[in-house]
Amino acid sequence: MRKRLRNDILLIGGVLLIAAAFALIFFLTRKEGAYAAVMKNGTEIARYALSAEGEYPITDGETVTNLLVIRGGKAEIAEATCPDQICVNHRAVSKAGETIVCLPQEVVIKIVAETKNAPDMVV
Amino acid sequence: MRNKKTKKLAFLGLCTAVTLILAYVEALLPPLWAAVPGIKMGLPNIMLLFLLYRFSVKEAAAVSLVRLFAVALLFGNIMTLAYSFAGAVLSLAVMNLLKRIDRFSMVAVSIMGGIFHNLGQVLVAILVLETAEIGYYMIVLTVTGTIAGILIGLAGYLVLKYLKQKEI
Repeated sequence: MRKRLRNDILLIGGVLLIAAAFALIFFLTRKEGAYAAVMKNGTEIARYALSAEGEYPITDGETVTNLLVIRGGKAEIAEATCPDQICVNHRAVSKAGETIVCLPQEVVIKIVAETKNAPDMVV
Repeated sequence: MRNKKTKKLAFLGLCTAVTLILAYVEALLPPLWAAVPGIKMGLPNIMLLFLLYRFSVKEAAAVSLVRLFAVALLFGNIMTLAYSFAGAVLSLAVMNLLKRIDRFSMVAVSIMGGIFHNLGQVLVAILVLETAEIGYYMIVLTVTGTIAGILIGLAGYLVLKYLKQKEI
């Protein structure tokens, strides 16, 4: 029984250590984001500077599915047509690599840092 | 002999109903931490853990499969099925492997099951949305999965303890 407990602690400790290592890499390498990229099905459909405050509707053809709001250098989803509202409840993001995922609409808001080849606005 | 088989079938049907109810109860609960989506207790895993230990991986997989399709038909759609299927398969495979190695307690098996359930779903999300950055969710989900896994593991242990004496 005692041996089992030791094995348990080694296994779970190891897994948590791996997670901690990834967290360390994530926090050490992350930079302030410059843009909020709107991805739909893996392709970027729009990109907005975090410095430009405003409300940007994300459309699915004609209907607006999500409302992206950029305020105070952070991006968040203020409204969505999905039933679960997970993306609306998600906290505002501003660091490079952070994401807000809207699974039902297959929309991902991804914060990017690089400024190379990045137009101010693509619609 | 035949009577025993029927009895077991009925019992597994009952277990399936219990996992469905647990999944439904879990869906009714408010999100534990709205800022990070995907954090769940994993209540149905209590039954899977019990079945894995009381019978074998076969029975657990059968109940899990029926549950997945029933939940998809009742509350979800084909997309939610892909997510829950990946989570369930990976989770059960890892739990079965760890149980067979026979070096870890039921709680550790439950924790790893929870973590790999999250991993399966995150992998599907990465594939579907083609965004690798979603992988960072695993950092938070590993910690929450460990906490949930401890509680579920203890619950599963108690269920097993009290149903062990009963002849099925």
